This record gives sequence, structure tokens and C-alpha cells, in this order.
Amino acid sequence: MGASHGHALHYHGHSPIHRLPAHPKIVALLVFVLAVVATPREMFWPYAAHLLALLAAVRLSRVPFSYLGKRLVIEVPFVVFALLMPFVATGPRVAVGPLHLSQAGLWGAWALLAKGTLGVLASLLLAATTEPRDVIAGFERLRLPQPLVQIMGFMIRYLQVVAGELSRMRIARASRGFQARSVRQWPTLGATLGVLFIRSYERGERVHLAMLSRGYTGRLPTLHVLTATPAQWALSGILPLVAVGVCLAGVVAR
Amino acid sequence: MSTPVLDVRGLAYAYPDGHQALYGVNLHVHQGERVALLGPNGAGKTTLVLHLNGILTAGAGSVAVSGLPVTRDNLQEIRRRVGIVFQDPDDQLFMPTVRDDVAFGPANLGSRGAELEARVVRALEQVGMAGFADRPPHHLSYGQRRRVAVATVLAMEPEILVLDEPSSNLDPASRRELVDIVRSLDVTVLMVTHDLPYALELCDRAVILSDGVIAADGPIRDVLGDAELMAGHRLELPYGFVLRP
Repeated sequence: MGASHGHALHYHGHSPIHRLPAHPKIVALLVFVLAVVATPREMFWPYAAHLLALLAAVRLSRVPFSYLGKRLVIEVPFVVFALLMPFVATGPRVAVGPLHLSQAGLWGAWALLAKGTLGVLASLLLAATTEPRDVIAGFERLRLPQPLVQIMGFMIRYLQVVAGELSRMRIARASRGFQARSVRQWPTLGATLGVLFIRSYERGERVHLAMLSRGYTGRLPTLHVLTATPAQWALSGILPLVAVGVCLAGVVAR
Repeated sequence: MSTPVLDVRGLAYAYPDGHQALYGVNLHVHQGERVALLGPNGAGKTTLVLHLNGILTAGAGSVAVSGLPVTRDNLQEIRRRVGIVFQDPDDQLFMPTVRDDVAFGPANLGSRGAELEARVVRALEQVGMAGFADRPPHHLSYGQRRRVAVATVLAMEPEILVLDEPSSNLDPASRRELVDIVRSLDVTVLMVTHDLPYALELCDRAVILSDGVIAADGPIRDVLGDAELMAGHRLELPYGFVLRP
């Protein structure tokens, strides 16, 4: 078995946050992110407050900070964009050392970095404390349309199968002396992706046949009804409520 | 004679691109029989199988399962009666856990709650996988996945079990375990394969499908022992294999 077992984002644990059902956590994440985005960007202290609240939640989940820190790397493309903004944005300029930077660009970069990092960190916390299949069940419980829920479910189920196929093709390529060293090899890589697409498409058809053969009529049967107690809703509500409070305080103080 | 579990009469089918795969297939399988459907690649075996539960609709001729014709109105009941285990278990197992996957079929038929749970447990016990109910299918070995795939179909309590290349990619021990499982089931079996020793081990009767028609139908020893017939349809016993009388 080449593919690694388990999912890269989930951190196995038994903390109070791990034990919460998925749907209150998804709602909490959504409200938290909305509150962070709505927080006025001209002040720094509300963002410090958001971060503290979020770090307290991370602490409670017993997921190591370093574990989440490493996975924050996914944010890098946005960081690059944020760093470019002060240079390319227009408007009045300020001198920072030897550089003349756009004032609007600096504010934009700060807001993008702060809001982006908080959002990504909060999403990582959800992913680290919730099994992928529970996230899907949570979406279903929140009445996300069935086709979307099914697409996400199949994506999680077949990601490893497709990744395994890709790695076997890569090994087979390499075994015949292929090395992707220059642009001239790109057509080969393109062909690999094309074949992978066709294989996945055909697998999709076979899966569909197998589902029809077992009486599938367009809806996946709901096998587990997720339930959350008022106490669980209350616990998941703490972080977003704090964030909404901080956001309002920021708006009032402006 | 009683109503055959599987009654295929004059079945012909051409794919939408014009390629004719079946030219009038007649096949009757009776209760409790285990029949091997043999044939070279491209003989139309899979096409025939997809007619048995109404995935493909006959161009001419008819298919009936325990007397119930395969028509659009009967599809759900037909799919309960005919359990197809596909060749690649990754095509068949798509739910997050083994338990959910086995429950998928009966749940589609309206089973819920304790009854559903009982069916799932029974089906998993039949294939010796009861201890794996909460595991994700992709964490199981290939042989285990094949057994779970059989369980997903058994949970629907089919009248005929159709196995498509059941021995492919299995190691010798997994092959042996699957033989024992199929033997222990009280169900009619149609097994599609070109693994001839495996067919001999499990089945009493063999049918050769070649170029879209049934070319031979009889006791499996007679069919496998007829060297001329076999060679005429691109079938060969493995090197060193001797049919004991």
C-alpha cells in the first residue's frame, strides 16, 4: 500500500472539541470567519483578541500548535500576494526605510494577512478535530444540497485511489527511464494527466453502475442522524460569540 | 420443472455505437445451482451480466428473475433479487465505512433501524468481516475488500449472486477463503471468469459464451475436458493442470 493511511489534516484526539458533533463546529467556523472579515481593519487590538480566542480554542483541542503551524503553509500564495500589494497599489505613499509604499496597499496587505491567517487557522482547527466523513455528515445535517454533499463524499473516498493510480503511473514512467527535467517533457506529463482523467471518468461510470445495481435512485440514504445537545451548541458557540463581540466593539470604537 | 431463478431467452444487444455484443443468448439457471460463465475477453460476458439487473435493456429477447421480467417498472425488485459483485472492489465500496457500505443497498430498499443493523451484521458475519464494520474500506487489504463487496450484495438477500471475476488479484489464501465463503452460502451463483481451476472448484455446471452466443452448456468437467471445444473459444487450462476424473 503506497498511499499513506488516514487524512493529512486530521489529528487524532479525544478533547472536548474533538467530541463535539460536526454541524455546530461548521456553523461556529462560519460565524467566526464572518465576524473576523467584518472587523474594521484600521485597528490592531480586535485582531489580537480574535487570535487569542482562537488560540485558546486550539489549546482546548490539545492539537499541538506546531501541527497547525506547519499546515498554515497552504496560505503562502496569499502571503505573496499580500506582500506585493504595498508595491503595486496606487494612492498616497509613505516612506518605510528606503521604500516608498502605497498607504492603501499597506492597509490592504495587513487586512489580507490578518483575516486570511485567522480564517485558515480556524479552518485547520476544524479539519484537525473532525474526521472528513463527519464534516460531510455535518454539511448534510445543515441541509447543504445532496449533489454537493455526494460530490464531496466521493472526493474524499476516491482521492487516495486516484493518488495511488497517479503514483503507479509515475513509477511506471520512471521505470522506463523518464525524467521530468525540462519543458520538453511537459507533453508526457500532460498525457499522464489526460490518461488519469479518463481512468477516473471511467471509474466514475463503474461506481455509478455498482450503485445502480444496489438500488441507488439519486439520494444517498441517511444512515446516521447527527444530533447535538444544547450544551454542545453552547460550547461551540463560545468562540464565534467572542468574535462577534470583538467585531462589534471594534465597529463602535472606530 | 420449477421456475428458473434466471431465465434469459433470445437476448440480443447492440451498443449505441453499433457494436453488436449479444446475438440471442439462452440461459436458464435453477435454484441452488452454481454456474460458471466462461468466455474469452470480449465475448460479451459483462454485457450479459449488466442485462441481468436491468442496467442495460435488451434489444431483443427477455430476461426474467424468478418469474419476474426485467422491465423498467420492476427495477428495484430486480436489483434486490440479483446481486452483482463487480470485479474491482474499489468500484463497489464507496461509503466512508464498511458498515455504511453494506447498509447502502438495503437502505435503498427502505430498510431502517434495527432491521438494517441486523442485516448488516449478518452479511458481514457471512463473509467473516464482522470485526471490520467501522473501518474505512480503503484501509482494508484487497482480499478483505473483495469479501466486503460480497457482503454489500448479501445484505440485500439476493436470489442469485453474480460474481464478476471473483478470483482476480487475490493471493492463494484469499482465493481459498472466498471459495469457503461462497460454498457456505445458501444462494444460487453465476460466476463470470476465465480462471478455469477456480470455476471447477466452485461450480458444477459451465456455460461458454463466445461471440455473443452460448457455445456450450453442460457439466463443468465435460466442458473443461473437451479440448477441441475449449481451444475453439480461446480457453485453455493452465500449464500442468490435469482434470482428475
